[in-house]
Amino acid sequence: MQRRLMILALLAALAVSGAALWTLNRSVPVANPSVNIGGPFRLVDHHAKPVTEADFRGRHMLVFFGYTYCPDVCPTAMQTVSEALDMLGKEAGNIRPVFISVDPDRDTPDVLKDFVANFHPSLTGLTGTPEQIKEVANAFRVYFGKVKPEGAEADEYLMNHTAGVYLMGPDGKFLTLFSHNVPPEDMAAKIKKLL
Amino acid sequence: MKTRVFLVAALMLAALSLSPKTFAADITVSDAWARATPPKAKSAAAYLGLKNNSGEADQLIAVKSAIAKKTQIHRTSMENGIMKMGRVEGIDVPAGGMAMLKPGGHHVMFMGLKQQLKEGSHFPLTLVFAKAGEVTAMVKVMKPGGMGHHHHH
Ligand SMILES: [Cu+2]
Repeated sequence: MQRRLMILALLAALAVSGAALWTLNRSVPVANPSVNIGGPFRLVDHHAKPVTEADFRGRHMLVFFGYTYCPDVCPTAMQTVSEALDMLGKEAGNIRPVFISVDPDRDTPDVLKDFVANFHPSLTGLTGTPEQIKEVANAFRVYFGKVKPEGAEADEYLMNHTAGVYLMGPDGKFLTLFSHNVPPEDMAAKIKKLL
Repeated sequence: MKTRVFLVAALMLAALSLSPKTFAADITVSDAWARATPPKAKSAAAYLGLKNNSGEADQLIAVKSAIAKKTQIHRTSMENGIMKMGRVEGIDVPAGGMAMLKPGGHHVMFMGLKQQLKEGSHFPLTLVFAKAGEVTAMVKVMKPGGMGHHHHH
């Protein structure tokens, strides 16, 4: 019950951030921000290979938006995903975990390759042009913005960004959203129910 | 009686400890760890526990290290599902109390990392407190995907 409330709260927060994004970027109108999560994308993976949403159909997708310069929440969330997949054992084969960078300027495929190597072997890192990243973030109602702390050098900026893990169905439809700090065993149990 | 048992235990602990800072130090640092980083990583974070053994409230006001161009006290916070990370002025350590730096909250942030943090290695980190002054701790580098689940002995 508590978890259901939390998911509702997360969805509400998502709707709010989605609405905020919508007002910022009217080129992607959203009829109902809380329902239409996900959509087509064109990106490159951590081997610099171009990919689209079609490459991920047929299996569930676990999607997290983040940036590799972030040493705190992003690796923690990826660790949670990795542990949840380990707990799912064989069933994890039906899931594609994906890390989509909201920092394409610094997150080149090479940088992503080093980053994903730290986590579950099935993890794919995706990046793209700033325009492509904006599109996929809009599709997932993900907010992101650069923050340059006082006295920071040009490459030392930080990013504010929506931090949740999306579970998408084999048809690309949104199934559920996990908080970035969900315990891995809870994530695994929920995924098992939804597979 | 209880106090005596406690004193004996404390003395034994102090004698067993290899770290000289356990002796009558106002601030004790525990479980200092950082995640190993990829070879070209430009940032890293460290986590630790702080125990204030004095009767006075104290505050961690600065952090110093040689492993990065900038070493700062940071906090990650969530607002409406959006993660924000930024510098904070300090971290309070209440009299006789603890402060925990852990993933998703307060952390020591290294920006402009000068060296790769390799699993199993250690590096010194100097913590500056408003009252207790400088305390240097050794930070243990844990596996890249580590969450700092420590086994307490
Ligand atoms: Cu930080």
